[in-house]
Formats: sequence, structure tokens, C-alpha cells
Amino acid sequence: MPKLTINGLEVEVEAGTSILQAAEQLGIEIPRFCYHDKLTVPANCRMCLVEVEGGPPKPAASCAMACGDGMVVQTESEMVKKARKGVMEMLLINHPLDCPICDQGGECDLQDQAVAYGFDRSRFEENKRAMPDKELGPLVKTIMTRCINCTRCVRFAEEIAGTPVLGQFHRGEDAEIGTFIEQLVETELSGNLIDICPVGALTSKPYAFGARSWELKKTESIDVHDAVGSNIRVDSRGREVMRVLPRLHEDVNEEWISDRTRFSYDGLNKARLDRPYIRNEDSGKLEEASWDEALAFIAEKTKGVKGENIAALAGDLCDLESMVALKDLMEGLGSPNMDCRIDGGRFDASVRRGYIFGSGIAGIEEADAILLVGTNPRMEATMVNARIRKAWLEKRIPIALIGEAADLTYPYEHVGAGPDDLVKLAKDYAKKVKAEKPMIIAGAGVFAREDGEAIHAALYEAAEQLGCVKEGWNGFNVLHNAASRVGALDIGFVPQSGGKGFHDIIAGTKDGSVEVLYLLGADEFDAKEAIGWQSFVVYQGHHGDHGAQRADVILPGSAYTEKDGTYVNTEGRAQLGKKAVAPPGQAREDWKIIRAISERLGHVLPYDTLIQLRERIKTDWPHIADIDVLRASHWESFGVKGKFLSEPFRSPVTHYYLTNAICRASETMAACTESFVTEESKVLEAAE
Amino acid sequence: MKKPFDLNADYQPESFAFNKACKKKAEELIALYPPGRQQSAVMPLLDLAQRQVAEEGAKADPPYGGWIPRAAMDHIAEILGMEKVKVYEVASFYSMYNMAPVGKYLVQLCTTTPCWLCGSDDIVKTCKKHLGIGMGETTKDGKFSLMEVECLGACVNAPMMQINDDYFEDLTSDTIKEVLDLLAEDMKPKVGSQRGRKGSMAMSGPTSLEDRAKKAGVA
Repeated sequence: MPKLTINGLEVEVEAGTSILQAAEQLGIEIPRFCYHDKLTVPANCRMCLVEVEGGPPKPAASCAMACGDGMVVQTESEMVKKARKGVMEMLLINHPLDCPICDQGGECDLQDQAVAYGFDRSRFEENKRAMPDKELGPLVKTIMTRCINCTRCVRFAEEIAGTPVLGQFHRGEDAEIGTFIEQLVETELSGNLIDICPVGALTSKPYAFGARSWELKKTESIDVHDAVGSNIRVDSRGREVMRVLPRLHEDVNEEWISDRTRFSYDGLNKARLDRPYIRNEDSGKLEEASWDEALAFIAEKTKGVKGENIAALAGDLCDLESMVALKDLMEGLGSPNMDCRIDGGRFDASVRRGYIFGSGIAGIEEADAILLVGTNPRMEATMVNARIRKAWLEKRIPIALIGEAADLTYPYEHVGAGPDDLVKLAKDYAKKVKAEKPMIIAGAGVFAREDGEAIHAALYEAAEQLGCVKEGWNGFNVLHNAASRVGALDIGFVPQSGGKGFHDIIAGTKDGSVEVLYLLGADEFDAKEAIGWQSFVVYQGHHGDHGAQRADVILPGSAYTEKDGTYVNTEGRAQLGKKAVAPPGQAREDWKIIRAISERLGHVLPYDTLIQLRERIKTDWPHIADIDVLRASHWESFGVKGKFLSEPFRSPVTHYYLTNAICRASETMAACTESFVTEESKVLEAAE
Repeated sequence: MKKPFDLNADYQPESFAFNKACKKKAEELIALYPPGRQQSAVMPLLDLAQRQVAEEGAKADPPYGGWIPRAAMDHIAEILGMEKVKVYEVASFYSMYNMAPVGKYLVQLCTTTPCWLCGSDDIVKTCKKHLGIGMGETTKDGKFSLMEVECLGACVNAPMMQINDDYFEDLTSDTIKEVLDLLAEDMKPKVGSQRGRKGSMAMSGPTSLEDRAKKAGVA
């Protein structure tokens, strides 16, 4: 443990810590451009120069120099100040003075550091260099003349995203960043290039010229596009969400977010349900209505319907509070028919340990062997995939996959395709791969088939055989792909005793045993096709998507940026989403709508405020009332042993950019599909 | 100045593979590096590819000189198990890798200060006039390309130029014409000083270390 002095302050750090990191521990700021704590250290910008006394008589790059015992470092000496000024002047030689029209303006490292450490004029009188811009697709806009060649983007693409197509070419004044050949950066993490770029060379294309950073209201919230629960910051102006940025959470998303999380926000303004609708029984058309009419209509239609003939389904984007309210309402009405697994999943929801991502996302880094079952984490949960890649990069752990082969950005052994292979493999895999901490990651897609419960049981067996769960190690993980799912399972939004599940409810709408069906944001199945015409369907949600098309009454709810709500991610971690903007038109917060209906139906829910509702959650489910805490849950057998179907596993996410109602309404996501998915399949077709 | 190039241009061949001799050589080169560090061989392999192309080009009609096609870089990336983009980075960085076709004889004229002071402007002018091409251009018969380079480290014998692997030093407008004319006939002109100097020794013979020069038989 070397001990050193920085600016007269003594600090003891772990061996291998750089001077820059040590200074950070002391709260001493050292300016930097190329250094990023999640990337490798190239030491090429020279901004972090410091003086090391007794060393060579020249400044040293603090990001790349390891702390030595007894070192005496100065970060504010005359030598350092002069060096910084020189570096800054050098970096600004070719940097354009276009800050007033640059989207990075106001949140630009170069701008800030030029003010703080730079020289107030330039002695450079030659012409500035200009660089041609690069085409990186519909998400990332490039203005390469602004580039200072820090190579953060190159390292990000190579290390974190695992798509090494960016490089730094030529040299000297001609040095430029690019792909060299006409090529898009095909990664679901490309938006992070914008964040790591310290200047305005890489900026957001959809956000271009949209707003200035200082005029935005910043709301810290939680993402709902997958079950990771990425921590985000929603930047809004007035009633409009202008952009979405990641927020640091080392255990969940580190400081990255996926492109769907970042860029789908334009879908929040399109195809929105902003007032209630009632379907005209004669014409079959939806007609605008007032809240009062809509609620009265529901009360009229439900009057006299027996509890057992009422059913409710909760969709992928619902907050925990609205689902609790709906469950309470259903219980009040005497209905046991409810389900949240609208992807058709069949698994044992009684053992919590059997459906959560037990190791936690950060736990992936501890694993020394990973078996992926029926999942494509790159599509289903990009941040989880990034974590697996990180673990692979650090330790080159063996990774095996049962299911569909796909490019996951790290090498793996493709060991099988279906449940039979799982059973076969589990027997001898443990011997073959001698792992202390083996891990199974099963995609939620493996349960969305008729033998789902048998597969659940087989996964339990496999986890036992491989020794995935033992003292001090929790290696059994289910990777969900819906933000609402684990929360819904935790509160038991599943068939109550004698109640119908998703498949039976859908069948019930056709045979008449389900007379009233309540869809809470349930858009992830083709409602128009699936639901029988004889039942009365209430749809509550925010987008005119699948569910609304079939509805007899539409109640406009709020999207995730428009309400305070709790979301439980795939790990079982409850996190709070905050309201950033007001819902459009007459739309209301979802739990309030259910509370209003309960009054009309004569089963008034016993809470009037969100705080009371959260108190109610705390009484019954204390484990999810604690925010951002992972509670250990009991490991016991789950699933029902049975026969398997012979068909192979399939990943539930086939169209990455179109997974939910918000994405489907987003033009940016459509453009992504066009350039990243469609173009590629065209090329493939042509090749065939 | 490196000649501009385009990886998607028509002149790029479809494929590239090392021939038998080069393949053997490539394996030897890779074996020079410790296990797990094979990627360090990227620079010698790029050079090898350029030499193989030069060999083929010398026999072709019209002839051409050594350069590295994109297919060769992709091939090397595959051999060394590295990303293509990393090979492009290396190849584009160094000025001695030609990324676009050049003439059979690549005339690299030094115009850095010592050569310039000794009259490299005249040399450049003569070359341009004699060959009828400008900097970065190739003669129609594919024999010559002209390229302006920075210091090649033979300042004592300035002005100088490099043609393929050979240095031609102490140039004058007349000697340079001779050299170019001989090369045009695929003859071998005298390499090194065109004034008959030995290495960088003074014309009048050794002025220092005389005993050693005598011993070496150059005085």
C-alpha cells in the first residue's frame, strides 16, 4: 500500500492506483479528457499533467502513472499550471469556436476546462484544420472538426460495446477518428458515445439543436424499456421530454444506458391517449368521452357481473402502485383472475428466488462460468450483456449458451438449443468446467411455452447440479424483459386460488367466462386478434397501441416520465421513478384512475394519496418497500416436473427497437430499425 | 505526404493471400514474438504484403510498385486474430506503407531543410519535368511515382532521394536524370553517393579517424 503526498495531503492507496485516482480520493480535481474511469488508459491528451517531485524534471501524466511510496505530487504548482495552459492551447489550435451553435455547449469538458485552466488567447495564426464528418447512423451526429482525438469513443466501442469498428487513422495533424470503411457502429449502446465524448464531436442526432442544457429541468428517474431498471435522468422543458441521460448506479447500469432507453423518448409525444374514449356500440367506432361518462359506462357494464367473470391483465410498463391498486380492486370485486405474464409465461411464481436475478447484475462480475439459457441478453437487457462482457474481458470466463445463436459481443460455446440439452448438459458441465461460482442466466422467454413450468423445474435441477446456489454464492438468475414483471410477481399479480391465468383469461373472453377484462397497459400481445368480441374490455394506458385497438373503453394513463412510481427490476431491486412532465390532456396518473373506478364500483380503495398507497404496500410486502435494496430470498425447489416439448428456445425480443408501445410510436426507433435491422437483412437476403 | 487512398476504390483487388515463400516468411516473423503477443507482427507482415505486391507488380504489364490493398490488411487481421480496424490504424499511421497503387519505382524526394538548402528544389523540378508528372502522381507507363518526404536521415549527403529500397545521394540535376533513365530501362544505377563519396566521408578522404579508415580500406 503506497503512501504518497499530494498537495501536502497524505494519502494511502492500493497498489496500482494512478496519481489521478489518488487525487480524486482526496477530492483534488485534475483536469482530463482522454481518461475515463471505465475505459483503458491511453494517456494521449496530456491534460492531466502534474509535477512529481524528485522525478524527471518534467510534468508527468497522472492518469497513467502509478502511485509510488513516498511520492510527493503537486497539482497546482507553477510548472503544472504552465503545462496545462500549453496543452489547452494546443488542443484549441484546431478546435472551432462554434460553441454558440454546438449542442455540447454548456456541458462541454473542453469549454469548462478551457475556462478553468486555459490561456485566454491563441498564438496560432495558421488556418485551422477541418475534417469530414462521419456517418454513424440515426442516433449519433458527428462534427469531426471538433474532435480532439482523445479516443474515448474508440475505446468505448472496443471495450464496452464489443463492436470494434472505430479507430484513429493517419497521424499528426491529419489524425482522425472514424470507421475508415463505410460502416455503422452497430451496437445497442451507441448513445453512450455521446456521453463519453468530452467535446461536441459526437452529439445526439434526435436532440440536435433542440435545447440548451441549462434550460432543461432535470428529473432523476428509472427506465422502463427493459427489466434492468437503468437509472436515468429525464431532461424536460415545459411539457416535453427533451432527452434521457444515464445516471450512475454501479450495481445496475454503471454509467451507461441502452439506445432504446435513451432515444425512444420522442415516442412519448406520439400516438398518445389524451382523453377517455367509449366505443360506440352501433358504429363500432371509438368516440371521445369525458371522464365522468367513461367511468359511468364502466360501472354500468360491470354491474351485476360476478367476480369470477372479471379478469385483469397488467402490461410491461406498469408501475408497482397501479398494479397494487388494481389487485386490490379485483379482490374487492371478488375476482381471482389476474396475471402479469402477458408474454404467455408459465412458471412457478410462488418462490421468489425462482424468478429473480438472484446474483444481482453486479454479481455477474464474480461469476467464473456462465450458462445462458434461452436468452439473448444483448437484445433483452443490454446492460446485463455489457456486464457479462465486462466479466469476460476481465477474466475470460467460459460462457455457454443453450438457445438461439447470436452475436453477443463476446465468445461463447453454443452447447444446445432446447430443454433436453439443458438436462443433458447440467449433468456433466459441472465436471467439465470447474467453477467455484457458476451462474445460470435464464431468459424469461423460456417460460413462454407450454412446458414452461417443467423447464422451470429443470432449471432448478440444473442449478442444483451445477452448484449455482451455495453458501455465499447466488448464481441462479432469471432475466426478465419487462420493467413491471418482478414487481407484479412480488405482489402476487398472478392467478389467485382457483383463478385464471393469462391463457385461460384469453380463452375465457371467447367462451364467455370472462365478461369484463381490464387491461392495465397490456400492449404486448395482439389484443385485437386474441380477445373475443363478446367480452367488455377496458384499456388503461398511455399509447394507442395493441390494447387500445380492442378496447371498449379507453382510460388515458401516464407514461413513466409522467408519474411517480416504483419499479422492481429483474434483480428484485425496487427503485423510484419520478414525474418529470405532466401527462398530456386529460390523462391521469394510473393508480388514481383505478382509485376513481373503485369508487364507482362500490369497492372504495382505502387510500387517497400515493403515500397512503405506499404505506399499504409496506404492510403486505415489506421486502419491496425498501428502495434500492436487494433482499435475500429463500432458495427452495420450484417448478413442476414434466415433459418437454422438442422445440428449441427462442429469445422473446425479435425487434430490439420495437419492444413496447413507446418504442413503436417513436420515429427515432423506426429510423434505427430501418438502418440497423432492415438494411442488414436486405444485405443478407441479397447474399442468399 | 502519404498519397490519398480509398478502401472502396475500383483499384482494390477482391482478395489477397500470401504466396508460398511469403507465407513461410510470415510464419517466421510471427514466431519471433512471445506467445500471446503475435499481434506485434502486424508491421512486418504489412511490409511483407507490400513487398509481395511489388514482386508481382514488377512482372505485370503495365508494372506497378509495392502497396497494401485493403484485402491484404483484412488478411493480416485474420492471420493475427486482431480487429481489421486495428490493422487499418497501423497501416494509415506509417508513411512507408503505401495504401494506393504506386509506380514500379517510387521516387521519394527529401525536401526537408538540409536537402532544401543543398538544392532539393532543383531536384524536384528536374524530376517533375523529366518524368512529366507532379507530386503524388504516377507516369502513364506505370514505372515512376513521385513523392515528397520528410528527412530520411542522409543529410550529410544532401540532396538525396530514395527509390524503393535504395538511397541516391549527392544528387545534381544531371545525375538524377541518369538514374531515372537507367531505371526506365530497368537497369541498375549506382546506389549511394552519385559523386563517388564513400558513405558520408568527405570527398578529399578521411579527415578524422584516419587510421581506422585505412584499416577499413576506404581511405
